Amino acid sequence: MNLLIGNLGQASVILAFVAAAVAAYGYFQAARGRALGEADASWLRLARGAFFVHGAAVLAVVACLFNIIYAHRYEYYYAWSHSSNHLPVQYMISCFWEGQEGSFLLWIFWHVVLGLGIMKFNKQWEAPVLAVFAAVQAFLVSMILGVVVGSVKIGSSPFILLRDFMVDLPVWKLNPNFVPKDGTGLNALLQNYWMVIHPPTLFLGFALTLVPFAFAIAALWKKELTSWVKPALPWTALGGAVLGIGIMMGAYWAYETLNFGGYWNWDPVENAVYIPWLVLIAALHGMVLWQRRRIGLRTAYSLVVATFVLILYATFLTRSGVLGSASVHSFTDLGLSGQLIIYLAFFTVGAIALLAARWKNIPVSEKELTAYSPELWVFVGATVLCLAAFQVVVTTSIPVYNSFLGFIGIKSNLALPADQIQHYTRIQLWAGVLIGLFSGIAQILWWRPAKETVLNALATPTMLALLTTALVVLLTRYFGHTMSAPYVTLLLAGLFGVMTNFSAIFGLWRRKVQLSGGAVSHLGIALMLLGILASSGYSNIISRNTSGKLISRDMDDKGNEENVLLWRNETGAMNGYDVTYTGQYLDVPGLPEYVNTQLIYRTDDEYKAVARAEIKQGDKTYYHTGDSLNILPENTYYRVEYTDKKNGQKFTLYPRAQVNEEMGGLLASPALQRFWDHDIYSHISSVPDPRKEIPWSTAVPHELSVGDTLFLNDYFAVFRAIEQAHEVPGIKLEQGDIALQADMIITGEKGRQYHAHPIFLLRDRQVGRVPEIIEDLGLKLTLDQIDPVKGKFTFAISTTSKDYIILKATEKPFINLLWGGTLLMGLGLVLSMRQRKAAKATAVSAAAGRAGVARQQAIA
Amino acid sequence: MKKSHLFVLVVIAAAVGIIISTMSDASTYSTFAIARQQAASGNLAKVHVVGTLPRDADKRPVGLEYDPMVNPNYFAFTMIDTLQVSQRVVYRNPKPQDLDKSEQVVIVGAMKDGVFEADQILTKCPSKYVEKDLGKTGPPATAMNTRR
Repeated sequence: MNLLIGNLGQASVILAFVAAAVAAYGYFQAARGRALGEADASWLRLARGAFFVHGAAVLAVVACLFNIIYAHRYEYYYAWSHSSNHLPVQYMISCFWEGQEGSFLLWIFWHVVLGLGIMKFNKQWEAPVLAVFAAVQAFLVSMILGVVVGSVKIGSSPFILLRDFMVDLPVWKLNPNFVPKDGTGLNALLQNYWMVIHPPTLFLGFALTLVPFAFAIAALWKKELTSWVKPALPWTALGGAVLGIGIMMGAYWAYETLNFGGYWNWDPVENAVYIPWLVLIAALHGMVLWQRRRIGLRTAYSLVVATFVLILYATFLTRSGVLGSASVHSFTDLGLSGQLIIYLAFFTVGAIALLAARWKNIPVSEKELTAYSPELWVFVGATVLCLAAFQVVVTTSIPVYNSFLGFIGIKSNLALPADQIQHYTRIQLWAGVLIGLFSGIAQILWWRPAKETVLNALATPTMLALLTTALVVLLTRYFGHTMSAPYVTLLLAGLFGVMTNFSAIFGLWRRKVQLSGGAVSHLGIALMLLGILASSGYSNIISRNTSGKLISRDMDDKGNEENVLLWRNETGAMNGYDVTYTGQYLDVPGLPEYVNTQLIYRTDDEYKAVARAEIKQGDKTYYHTGDSLNILPENTYYRVEYTDKKNGQKFTLYPRAQVNEEMGGLLASPALQRFWDHDIYSHISSVPDPRKEIPWSTAVPHELSVGDTLFLNDYFAVFRAIEQAHEVPGIKLEQGDIALQADMIITGEKGRQYHAHPIFLLRDRQVGRVPEIIEDLGLKLTLDQIDPVKGKFTFAISTTSKDYIILKATEKPFINLLWGGTLLMGLGLVLSMRQRKAAKATAVSAAAGRAGVARQQAIA
Repeated sequence: MKKSHLFVLVVIAAAVGIIISTMSDASTYSTFAIARQQAASGNLAKVHVVGTLPRDADKRPVGLEYDPMVNPNYFAFTMIDTLQVSQRVVYRNPKPQDLDKSEQVVIVGAMKDGVFEADQILTKCPSKYVEKDLGKTGPPATAMNTRR
C-alpha cells in the first residue's frame, strides 16, 4: 500500500487548481485597463509564474497517475478499475484516459502546452489570452479536484482509494489495508493501437478550439477588434486538421473494432465532436474571409464563440450522464452535472454578453457581394456547414429535452429517431452536395487569374465532372446496381469538387504560385464525399445464403437475412464467394500467426497453455509438445477462408470474438481484407459461447482391443496401440507414476485424419485421465479403464454438436477514398496553417488587390 | 428588401425545416399497449419500448427462441414492459450475445401481425462494479484435478 503517491498526486491537483486561479486573476489584473501588449509588468510576472507552477503541477499529476497504473497500485480505484497485471505497456497509456478523470487530465495537459505556445509565439496577446486560458484551466481542474466543501463534492479525483470508493465491501472490516492482487482490466475493445493515439489527437483538437476563442474574447475585451484574426488563424487551421483527423481516427477504430458494420453510427458521442468540428471549419472560413478580403468579421466572431460553446456542450452531453442509454460510449456518470452546467453557462453567457456589448463596434464591410465574388460562396458554404451542424445538434439533444422537461415537471417521452441513418442522411447528404459545389465554385473564383472569365474557368471542370458522372452511372448500371437521384447528385457534386479543386491546384502550379492548402483540403473533402457515397451507399452484404439449403421460418422475409451459418470445415456458398470456417485460434505473443486451439491444452491459469503438438509456423518450430506457452485468452479468432468464385482469389480472415464482461458478454470484432478498390468486412454475429462448458453427451463406454476399429457417427477410429506416455500435458511426471496413452487415428470428413492420445495415469494408486478432444469432429475420448488380464481397454466416448459460427460479411467499395481524402484534408489544413504563418501583410494586400482587379474585369 | 435579408430568411426557413424534420422523425418511448393500438389504427411509426426479460428461479431468462441451425436470422423472445404487459418480440437477426445478462432491454420497432417486430435491441448491462469479485486469490487447482 503506497499512500504517498496518491497524496502527492492529490496535492498536485489542488496546487494546479489554485495556481490556475491565481494565473487567471494575475493575467486579468495585468491586462485590465491597459492597451494590448502593454500589460502591467509585475502582475504579468506573477501570472506567468503561476501558470508555470500550474503547468508543473499538471505534469506532476500526470506522472503520479501514470505511476499508479504502471506500478499496478490496485489500492487506488483508478488502477484497479482500468488496468490489470497482464496489460501490455502501450495499453497502460490507454488506461490513463479510459476514465473520465484521465481524459480531463489529458485535455488539461494540452491546454498547458498550448498556453506555453502562445506565450512564445504571441507575446503581445499573452495577458488577455492567457487570462481566458487560465480561467478555463481552473474550471477543468475543478472537475478532478475531489474536494468536499461543506456537503458539496467538487470534482472526482483520480487518486481515490479503492476502500474510499467501495466503502460497503465486507473485506475492509477484516483487513482495512487489503489490496487486490489484480485489476479488473482495460475494456478489451480499447486494447487497440488507435485507442492509444485517437484520444490524445481528439483532445488536442478540443484544446485547439480554445485558442481562437481566447483570442476573440481578448480582442473584444481589449477592443482590438480586428487584429486578433491574424495570430489566431494558424491555430484555428491546425485545430481543424487535428480535430478532423481525430474524429476520423475514431471512425477508423470503430470500423476495425466494433461490429455495427461501418465507421460511423451517429452515436451521440460521435456527434458531439462532429458538431463543433463543422462549426470550427465554418469559423475558419469566416476568419480567412476577414484576413484576406476584409469581410465577415462578425461571422468569424460568432462562429469562433459558437465552436467553443459547442465543445463545452459536447463535454456536458458526454460526461453528465444525460444521454443515459442513448449512447454505447458510456462514460460513467461521476455526478459532475452541476459543475459541468456551471462551466458551460459561465463561458456561454460571458462570451455572448461580451460579444453583444461590442457587436455595434465590429467593423462591417460595405462590399456588395455578387455571384461572381468568391466571398459569397465561401460565406454560403460556411452557412451550409452550420446548418448541417444544427441538424445534428437538434437531434442529438433529444435526451436533453426529456431531462429538461422532466426537471421542470413535464413528462416527455421523445426518443431518438428509429432509423437514425435515414434521418441524418436526409440532411447531411444535401449538405455534402452543397459543400462539394460551393467549395468548387469558390476555389475557382478565388484563384482565377485576372484575365480568365468565370465561364472559362468553370467550363472545363464542369464538363469533366458531368462526363465522369455519366460514365460512373453507366458503369454502376452495368454492374447491376441502381443509383437514386440524390446519389447521382452527390456523385456529381463530389466529382465537381474534385475537378474544380484539382484545376485550381493545377492552375496555381502552372503559374508557379505556392501550393494552396485550401485547394488541397477541399480536394480531400470532395474525395471523402465520394468515398462515403461509395462505401456506405453501395455497401453490399455478401453473406446471404445462396445455397437454398436453409428453409426460412417465414417466407415473407424478403431477403432480409444478412447472416449465414457455417459449420466447421464445411464450405458454404455466399454471394460470389465460397466460404469455409476452419477452426478457432488464439493469439500467442511472439508468434507471427495465430495458433489453432486444437494444438494447445488450456490450463487453470487463463494466460497459460501447454502445447499438445509441435507448434510450427513457417520453417520455425516455436514450441514442442509439452512446452508451456503464454496465450492471450480474451480474443478467440475464427479462421474463415474465402475463395472468390469469379477469379479464384483466396484469402483468409480471422474475425474475432472476445469475452467482455463489461459489455455484457461476448463481443465480436470484424476482420478486414483490403483491396485497392474495396474492403471485405466480416464479423461473427453469433457463436456457441466459448465461456460455457461444452455440453458433452453422456459418455458411452466402448471396450476395445488393440487393432480394433470403432464407428462413431460418421467417422471411424482405429485403436492402433497402447504405449507409455513420456509427457503428459500440464502435469509433471514423477518417479513411480505410470502413464499410458492410447494411439488412435480417426478419419473425419474428406478423409482428414486426426491423431488422438487419451492418457491414463496412475500415481499413488490414484487414477488420472486426460481425455483427448477433437474439436473439429465434436468428439471427446477418454481412456477409462484398463484390464491388463484380458488386454481390454475401455474408452468412454462423448460427443457434442459440431462447432459453427454465424457470419456476416459486407463489401465496402472504394472506402480508401474516404481515408485518403481525410489525409489530404488534414494535409491541406496544415499547409494553409504554415502559409498563414509565413504570409506577411504584403501577401494579404496583394491577394486582395488581385481579386479586386479580377472582379472588376468580370463585372465589366 | 435587401439581398442579405433574403438570405437570412432562407437560412431561418432551412433551420425551421430541420427542426420539423427532427420532430417528425423522432420516435417515442412507448408501451406495448400503445404499440398495439397504433398498429390497429394503421400507424406504422416505430416506437421504443423499455422492459425486462422474464426470468426463472435461477435468474435465467425464459422464453428465448433461437436455433441457429434452423435459421440464424430469427430470434424470438418475450419481453415485459414497464406496465407489466408481456409481448412476444421477433428480431430477424442473430440473438444479441449480451441479452441474457441485461438488466434492461430497449427495443425499437412496431407491432405487426400480433408480434412486435424489433429492428434494434439495445441492452443495458449491470454496472461493471457489481459482479467483479475482488479477490482472485485462491490457489489454482492442479491440472490433474480438473482434467478428471
